[in-house]
Amino acid sequence: MTAHAILTLAWLLVALYMIFIYAPSDVNQGNVYRIMYVHVSSGWTAMIAYFLVFVGSVWYVWKRSPSADDMAYASAEVGFIFCSCLLITGPLWAKPIWGIWWTWDARLTLTFVLWLLFVAYLLVRSFFINPGRAALLSAVVGIIGFVDVPIDYMAIRWWRTQHPQPVIMGGPNSGLPPSMEATLFISAGAFLCLFFYLLRQGLRLAEARREIGQLRRQLSE
Amino acid sequence: MMRSLEIIWVLFLKDLRLEWRRRETIASICVFGILVVFLLDFAFAPAGEESLRLMPGVLWIAFAFAGILGFNHSFAAERENACLEGLRLAPIDPGLIYLAKLLANFLFLAVAEAAIVFAASLWYNFSFLPAFKWFVVIVAFGTLGYVAVGVMFGAVASNTRMREVMLPVLQFPVIVPIFIGAIEATTSALKGDAPGQFASWVRLLIAFSVIFVVLSFLLFEYVLEE
Repeated sequence: MTAHAILTLAWLLVALYMIFIYAPSDVNQGNVYRIMYVHVSSGWTAMIAYFLVFVGSVWYVWKRSPSADDMAYASAEVGFIFCSCLLITGPLWAKPIWGIWWTWDARLTLTFVLWLLFVAYLLVRSFFINPGRAALLSAVVGIIGFVDVPIDYMAIRWWRTQHPQPVIMGGPNSGLPPSMEATLFISAGAFLCLFFYLLRQGLRLAEARREIGQLRRQLSE
Repeated sequence: MMRSLEIIWVLFLKDLRLEWRRRETIASICVFGILVVFLLDFAFAPAGEESLRLMPGVLWIAFAFAGILGFNHSFAAERENACLEGLRLAPIDPGLIYLAKLLANFLFLAVAEAAIVFAASLWYNFSFLPAFKWFVVIVAFGTLGYVAVGVMFGAVASNTRMREVMLPVLQFPVIVPIFIGAIEATTSALKGDAPGQFASWVRLLIAFSVIFVVLSFLLFEYVLEE
């Protein structure tokens, strides 16, 4: 875990340097565009997080393995943070560039829905009457909720949106200069590294909780 | 296949029979839906042309809130006299129970929607007749998708405390695409646009309805599981 922590910190510091110093200014947006590196990295991480919620949920429904449920829950917790970061950095960029904080185009609407899905997943888990069934029922919620994610990702390709068109794997005229692209990939990597570090912490917590539960049961016998 | 249809029919009739005895669900969702239309009439006080602009939103909000009441009640009723256990023990595919509940709730909500549309037409001085055929198609598919998710999450939420709050929290994010599609298509149809203009929204509604019905059908056995 320490090695992972050090790797994450180092990677984030490199990303920070690249975002603010290495990457050039944008010809149209000046320096405001730099928040895009954080925004896009958060976005990819949030969608991967919900994908892991989906994978954990399917795996749990199939195999009933507690670690599957742990992964789904931990992923939802950490993914919620990155999704919140996404929804904060977006409007912060939008106000100076578009003049508006928000609009209800396909991408923004579906991303807000994704955020609500994280909230719903986390909220519903704490309200189950019978905790034994919480894992299975949350898994069902996680699976149905995942329908939104691929549509959210493809929204800027399928519809004309206020949100900018894709620059990575986008249309024929899209793309970034190599220095920006490198910065973006390094930043995304740093955020994913952070995500997996926090995810592993979440898994450790879940295992510790389970162990405590077992010990309590043994003591009460 | 025939046996499955028979089972769905038997369960559907059971729900209808239960409802016919006390008529609680249909009465309450009709009244609630009409009350929502009534309140929104005061909130917006639309004059003339504004009715057209506001109507799709007013209708679908009324449908949504009326539906929530119905879904909550649908599974609450099963908890009395261990009915849910009885259903679990029956040697049938649990997905069929879901489909039967889907049909029953669709029917109840359809009745409420008719009452809501009638009230809206009266109070907003708005005629649905010019675009009636397409309006019905759009509302049918929108309602199907909405009820598909509602019945499924109604079953999930009935296992929680504060189930009246949990159901909307779970359901509304998921049905956003259906809602948007339904409102856009309804707006277009009521304005008198040619069907080609709202065909893509209707396709969206159909696609999501199919996805959610199939997913819920497959996952329902896990929701029923003890």
